[in-house]
Amino acid sequence: MPDVTPRPTDAEASGEAAKLWLSWLWVGIPGLWGVYHVVVDALKIFK
Amino acid sequence: MAMFSFLDRERTIAHPGYNRWRIPTAALAIHLAIGQAYAFSVFNLPLSKQEGWKLSTIGWVFSIAIVFLGVSAALFGKWLERVGPRRAMFAAACCFSGGFLVGALGIRTHSFPLLLAGYGVLGGFGLGIGYISPVSTLIKWFPDRPGMATGMAIMGFGGGAMIASPLSVGLMNHFRTATSQGVAPTFVSLAILYFIFMMFGVFTVRLPREGWQPAGWTAPLTPPKLVTTANVEVNEAMRTPQFWLVWWVLCLNVTAGIGVIGQASPMIQEIFFKGNRPAAAAGFVALLSLANMTGRFGWASLSDVIGRKATYTTFFVLGMALYAFVPHTGQLQSVLLFVIAFVIILSMYGGGFSTVPAYLKDLFGTMQVGAIHGRLLTAWSAAGIFGPVLVNYIREYEIDHGVPKADAYSVTMYLMACLLLVGLICNLLVRPVDPKHYFTGEIEPDGRSAHPPLGGAIPGGVNA
Repeated sequence: MPDVTPRPTDAEASGEAAKLWLSWLWVGIPGLWGVYHVVVDALKIFK
Repeated sequence: MAMFSFLDRERTIAHPGYNRWRIPTAALAIHLAIGQAYAFSVFNLPLSKQEGWKLSTIGWVFSIAIVFLGVSAALFGKWLERVGPRRAMFAAACCFSGGFLVGALGIRTHSFPLLLAGYGVLGGFGLGIGYISPVSTLIKWFPDRPGMATGMAIMGFGGGAMIASPLSVGLMNHFRTATSQGVAPTFVSLAILYFIFMMFGVFTVRLPREGWQPAGWTAPLTPPKLVTTANVEVNEAMRTPQFWLVWWVLCLNVTAGIGVIGQASPMIQEIFFKGNRPAAAAGFVALLSLANMTGRFGWASLSDVIGRKATYTTFFVLGMALYAFVPHTGQLQSVLLFVIAFVIILSMYGGGFSTVPAYLKDLFGTMQVGAIHGRLLTAWSAAGIFGPVLVNYIREYEIDHGVPKADAYSVTMYLMACLLLVGLICNLLVRPVDPKHYFTGEIEPDGRSAHPPLGGAIPGGVNA
């Protein structure tokens, strides 16, 4: 049986890539903001 | 209702070309939000000042939330498998945000029971449903790396407090007035912010099409010894010794971890800083939360390579050695060794949470792994009560009998090492599930069981 699954077009593939980036930014920015605060606090242990 | 048809399982099937790496972001959107629970303590002092409630009374809000996390995860696991991850995530967002709103009303009306019912009970339901909502979906999208995938989501739960803590403090500072600490408006703001944040997960999550596999990947012909290709229904799983052995493995690992988390800050202050450096002690706690978070991802990812049983064996053997070693760091007066030991211990505490969904998938298959994981989380609730009680009771007993404060920690550490020994024995007793427990009915295309087990032919089986 040949594989008849429709393949995404180039436009669809680039749209998907953009959504992937936006998704990671959505969770990544607050996540990194939280990590920054913790690292700043953690460094106090060595002061 | 047609209005909510976008939540239907059928509407969440991924289109061809959907990138599976978007699924962890949906899971993280839920877990980073509900991980706020770990930062609830930032409200303790302001609530105490504003309402005059005792700190020990306010502490019940978090405890009740964790109890209801376990209860709801156990109760709603089967429902989640039936309705799919999107509806479950939506329900979690409504309960979690609703918990904040009801809690805010409780604060405004000076009603502690309403705060307890809001954040503790309703919010607790949001925690439980949210916690298990992405697990089976991630395992279906990442059959090649189930540990890494679920580890990434559960890392979010560990990291949620890192966002919530400075965010809540900032909001309270913004809303504080001469007569109010600003907790109620902070609760309302958090309800709105978290609802929006979680909706991203609701709209992003997708289920793979029937028969989908990662490009270039095929299931290994000879999977490792403990990995089954069969499935076990959730109620049947609870009749297996493997479920209860893993239950104890999680419970004991978490009990030992909770036991030291509560002790970490007073320990470093009393043993090394003699109470002179509270900022450094706070830094130590921050470092531990970072270790807890990164351990969730690191250990779960490693379990894909070395296996789940070996990973837990490492937790227990290395944990015993480190718990026994910690009292000696005080004698050596080595802060560095003390910090390193605790960082590794806390990474394994987090790793215990994040590796368990993949362990369950190995033992019971993917069909109802989310529901089975939900039932297993009762071990967490039990440990949440057992751990602090055990540690506090022993510590008080020691001090009452004349043991110096700094030395009283040693007994706690040795006791925790004993608990880990019991956990190690439970883990070593885990064997492949007896084929008589395998599900033999039809599995619907979406992975749900269509009929109860009938006995007879076994679809797939364990590679013993």
